[in-house]
Amino acid sequence: MTSSPSSRVVRIGAGAGFAGDRIEPAVELVREGRLDYLVFECLAERTIALAQRTRLGDPSAGYDPLLEARMRAVLPLCVEKNVRVVSNMGAANPVSAARRIAELADEMGLAGLKVAAVVGDDVLDVMAGSSRPLLEIGGDVASLGDALISANAYLGCEAIVEALAHGAQVIVTGRVADPSLFLAPLVHEFGWAPDDWQRLGRGTVVGHLLECAGQVTGGYFADPDVKMVPDLARLGFPLAEVSADGSAVITKVEGSGGRVDVATCTEQLLYELHDPARYLTPDVTADFSTVAFEQVGPDRVAVRGGGGGPRPAQLKVSLGRKEGFIGEGAISYAGSSAVARGRLALDIIAERFRLIGLSPQETRFELIGVDAVAPEHLASAFAPMEVRARVVARTLTREEAERVGREVEALYTNGPAGGGGATRLVTSVVGVVSTLIERELVQTAVIHEAAR
Amino acid sequence: MKLRELAHARSGDKGDVSNISVIAYDAGGYERVRADLTPERVKRHLGGIVRGEVRRYELPGLLALNFVLNGALGGGVTRSLALDAHGKCLSGLLLELDLTPEETPR
Repeated sequence: MTSSPSSRVVRIGAGAGFAGDRIEPAVELVREGRLDYLVFECLAERTIALAQRTRLGDPSAGYDPLLEARMRAVLPLCVEKNVRVVSNMGAANPVSAARRIAELADEMGLAGLKVAAVVGDDVLDVMAGSSRPLLEIGGDVASLGDALISANAYLGCEAIVEALAHGAQVIVTGRVADPSLFLAPLVHEFGWAPDDWQRLGRGTVVGHLLECAGQVTGGYFADPDVKMVPDLARLGFPLAEVSADGSAVITKVEGSGGRVDVATCTEQLLYELHDPARYLTPDVTADFSTVAFEQVGPDRVAVRGGGGGPRPAQLKVSLGRKEGFIGEGAISYAGSSAVARGRLALDIIAERFRLIGLSPQETRFELIGVDAVAPEHLASAFAPMEVRARVVARTLTREEAERVGREVEALYTNGPAGGGGATRLVTSVVGVVSTLIERELVQTAVIHEAAR
Repeated sequence: MKLRELAHARSGDKGDVSNISVIAYDAGGYERVRADLTPERVKRHLGGIVRGEVRRYELPGLLALNFVLNGALGGGVTRSLALDAHGKCLSGLLLELDLTPEETPR
């Protein structure tokens, strides 16, 4: 960082775009990216509901299972290079996550490392029995009854900013809006006011571009012969050089795989976006419609424009609910009559369901390679040499769900010729629905831990 | 002419809503796509996958259109029975759309 305020740049890297992401690119970013901050976004829509269940079984659990591996990989370097870490890997238990990180720091000889947990997103107590409406499916929260297993409000950047102001080097949170994880360091560094909607909007654009990590540096982009990406096995994760006005340059470590250009940035800007002029976060209603990109060097793209307006009055709450079970079975057929035998297999299973009196709430009978992903009218153009018949059903009980896969497996000896590679699977379903909550009912707090 | 000759695309998910961005390779391609790729055509092309309304947003500065497909993800990523519950494959399917102007009914 330079001392001149106008030219000062904050360097933020994205160390993960989802819970299972690669770890080496984060290490590479810390080692070579001259970072000020490293952010790990690891919390998908339903992850927190599943983590909540884990915590019920073990009060010290419920944070991201890869927390330890990620921290072991980056912490010593982060301390050496004075890089601060922000992550939502706290999931359903940020306090235990912070404690675990402090223990790890002890083990690794990182004396005095300051760790903070952001809490307050868990609003299950407020939600239980509430008459608040469910946004997607109608009805109210109370109607979920015992099926409701978690309720987490999407927090903004505020509490993370507070933790940074108190000197925490590692901050773990539960549910925080993804771009807010990146906005927090910018608000802290540049002192943006809580109603400086334009800068908060621009910072949110930067956060949105970074939050899926490799998806802006060439991941989820390659299409051979049309738009190729070099060296995807060593894809570099992105970093942003952000200025005080909220403009930024998106780039990656020199020599890493991938590409950063206007095309990769445009795809990621519009990823998971609805109305581009109104992207709602707890911090701001961001306007992405006026963003402009310019290639300013190899693997360097300038992000300008963008803005925002007042933040939404209420916060969104993700509700996890038990929704029974999914049973699935699949089996492959090959040869020029593969489609015909696959269809016969599906017909047999449908008939079997009738004979054994299995009546799932919802089913799908499909041929992978023909119509599992594509709509039927497009599928007819292909005559594949192999297909995989797939039957999947939602059921009320685990026993019924298990029956689905067993029926498919029984096609080995009872079904069409040449069925192979049968697999079966049962999962218990935790669905996610949402509602809104008044801000004043969500009390956040920062809890500090330190390595000895 | 197939859409994939003029544009690239990326799909994303939120609940039961999918969005597909369609980004033209150049300004000429953008005008063509903007003129011919209506929300109705997108919905028809994806057949039974999209149960709700399709909305289109224009981003001329980025040579891009953003399509928001309601009811496209089997009731939501977390409960869908679909093999591709996130609808990540929808972008690849959309690029197969033939942009040849439709015959007007007589």
